[in-house]
Amino acid sequence: MSSNTDATIRELAQQEYKWGFVTEIGEDRAPKGLTENTIRLISTKKSEPEFMLEWRLKAFRYWDSLEKAQAEPKWANIKYPPIDYQAISYYSAPKQKPNLKSLDELDPEILRTYEKLGIPLAEQKMLAGVAVDAVFDSVSVATTFKEKLAEVGVIFCSFSEAVKNHPELVKKYLGSVVPYTDNFFAALNAAVFSDGSFVYVPKGVRCPMELSTYFRINAAETGQFERTLIVADEGASVSYLEGCTAPIRDENQLHAAVVELIALDNAQIKYSTVQNWYPGDKNGKGGIYNFVTKRGACRGKNSKISWTQVETGSAITWKYPSCILQGDDSVGEFYSVALTNNYQQADTGTKMIHIGKNTRSTIVSKGISAGHGQNTYRGQVKIMKEAAGSRNYTQCDSLLIGDKCGAHTFPYIEVKNSTARMEHEASTSKIGEDQMFYLRQRGLKTEDAVSMIVNGFCKRVFKELPMEFAVEAQKLLSVSLEGSVG
Amino acid sequence: MSLLEIKNLRARVDDREILKGVNLTLNAGEVHSIMGPNGSGKSTLAQVLARRESYEITGGEVLFNGRDLLAMKPEEAACEGLFLAFQYPVEIPGISNAYFLRSALNAIRKYRGLDEMDAMDFLPKLREKLKLLDMDDKLLNRSVNEAFSGGEKKRNEILQMAVLEPKLAILDETDSGLDIDALRIVANGVNAMRSPERAILVVTHYQRLLNYIVPDRVHVLVDGRIVRSGGPELALELENKGYGEMDGAARGASPA
Repeated sequence: MSSNTDATIRELAQQEYKWGFVTEIGEDRAPKGLTENTIRLISTKKSEPEFMLEWRLKAFRYWDSLEKAQAEPKWANIKYPPIDYQAISYYSAPKQKPNLKSLDELDPEILRTYEKLGIPLAEQKMLAGVAVDAVFDSVSVATTFKEKLAEVGVIFCSFSEAVKNHPELVKKYLGSVVPYTDNFFAALNAAVFSDGSFVYVPKGVRCPMELSTYFRINAAETGQFERTLIVADEGASVSYLEGCTAPIRDENQLHAAVVELIALDNAQIKYSTVQNWYPGDKNGKGGIYNFVTKRGACRGKNSKISWTQVETGSAITWKYPSCILQGDDSVGEFYSVALTNNYQQADTGTKMIHIGKNTRSTIVSKGISAGHGQNTYRGQVKIMKEAAGSRNYTQCDSLLIGDKCGAHTFPYIEVKNSTARMEHEASTSKIGEDQMFYLRQRGLKTEDAVSMIVNGFCKRVFKELPMEFAVEAQKLLSVSLEGSVG
Repeated sequence: MSLLEIKNLRARVDDREILKGVNLTLNAGEVHSIMGPNGSGKSTLAQVLARRESYEITGGEVLFNGRDLLAMKPEEAACEGLFLAFQYPVEIPGISNAYFLRSALNAIRKYRGLDEMDAMDFLPKLREKLKLLDMDDKLLNRSVNEAFSGGEKKRNEILQMAVLEPKLAILDETDSGLDIDALRIVANGVNAMRSPERAILVVTHYQRLLNYIVPDRVHVLVDGRIVRSGGPELALELENKGYGEMDGAARGASPA
């Protein structure tokens, strides 16, 4: 690259995080540290039934044994200083009047925060087809569109409400895809998760609107542990979008969420994520540690689970939205754009576990590295012995911007049935000086040219996003790349 | 005032001097051709004028519309009305040809203080130009130059030129890789663009393109200098005699 475009890249990379601001609201927060008492406090605060407390305690004991054995996972291609789990406060809820009847009763500070984020909740109600379950710190503060969803029998509520009002569903499915023993962070989440979203779509119902949740970390030094559970019963279908932004903090913050999806016979779940947590400043100071376990089970025959993610934020991203293709003829998809700029690190990918016959999976991963960013794709495709006639297609592309960043690929393929068909394509490229010159010669500014090339690179994935969010994702990508262009 | 005035232009890439004092004047309404053997600096001249940054200017000046072209970035030169039809058009995967063209047109319109054009207004204009170049509508929805044949790429360059309506168009070896039918179509497209407000600089190795695009002036570039200039008949002379004789002239050359 020429020095001129390098300078523009640097300028773009140095752009400040636009969504950094802190809302001052009264806060109800647990003291720092994690013991059995913390778990009991959380469970009591949330007036949970006994089975929840039992489950949390089992999870805590399991996590505690891992922590004592120093079994925090170390295999990912990421670097960070040790996390002091006793220095984190595990519960924080904004103080507010209980049982809001309408948005008007919401803390005006919280409402203003959402407005800055561009999700004016008050107007969300009007927005056709989008219901928002807003999670402010750990407690859901507002849920809209519930009535309309209730008409068709769709349950869309905070996890706490689900525990209260639909304990039998929670009991049946909680931990059935991601058990608390799954991994270190999943165990931690199971022990201390404070809230999240719950969706149940009954038999034969197509959810009439996109379901959307905005998560938000607000209080300093508060780990956030969300848990989402989505169940699509036989023949049901639902599309769910999760979007995240977070304000500037100096200390690193841990975000260890768990998402479980369950699709029964002929059911479809589409789960889209736009993740824009605070990535740290341009020197790598601060930023979110995003250690997330996301997994879907295609339990029924002919079911389908599709993950689409656009990951532009977080100092560190560690997540592998996966599909267990248990039902015959079930389909798993993973479409991913992961961008690392400045000193961001991402180790992300998917697992496709083929168990049922004629199961199919598609993986399309687009990694973009700029600045000093390190971007790793890690994916596993496993065809079990019984999975006759199964197919996988994997495409894994990396784009490098500048010469200080890195792209890494770790595909694991394990095939135990000889009738399976596997395809794997991978590429690594740089934004070429010739591409830049070509676009600039046609009148485009450097940053617009880079934005165009990157958006073109990601097009296959953006096509999978719900229309209204695809536009947002493109903008986010351009903003995240500002200062990085070459 | 001339549209383009090149005065004693010198440029190098790495440590190699490629342009060693080029002088050339182009007026609006004129079509000039630059011919020369391989390695004489034809493409370098085209790219330097389009402000490719990998070339270092070591001397001389260039006025475009009275403004210092060498002080402009590539996008500024483009917005001021300079267009380069690339010898090797570049692929932009995932970006449709139509979107790309509209973005380019709007970038230029914005620079000139004009309203941006929306898709509804733009598409009819684009279709009209497509017809001119005998191009398939489908090329509009395909990614820029991706999986285009050599001929389609070259036609696509001329399509862009037709849409962007530059003041100065530089065609860099647009004839290379074209069969005779495609050559004729491309030449027709270029001829349709000839106008009293526009100048065209045709850079080519072979004379055959000039049978279709008849230039007002022909310049022979050898070893980084223009060694001869003349009318269209000069191209024919070169075709018969080759560039060999010009080499001698290059050594003692004075600018044409």
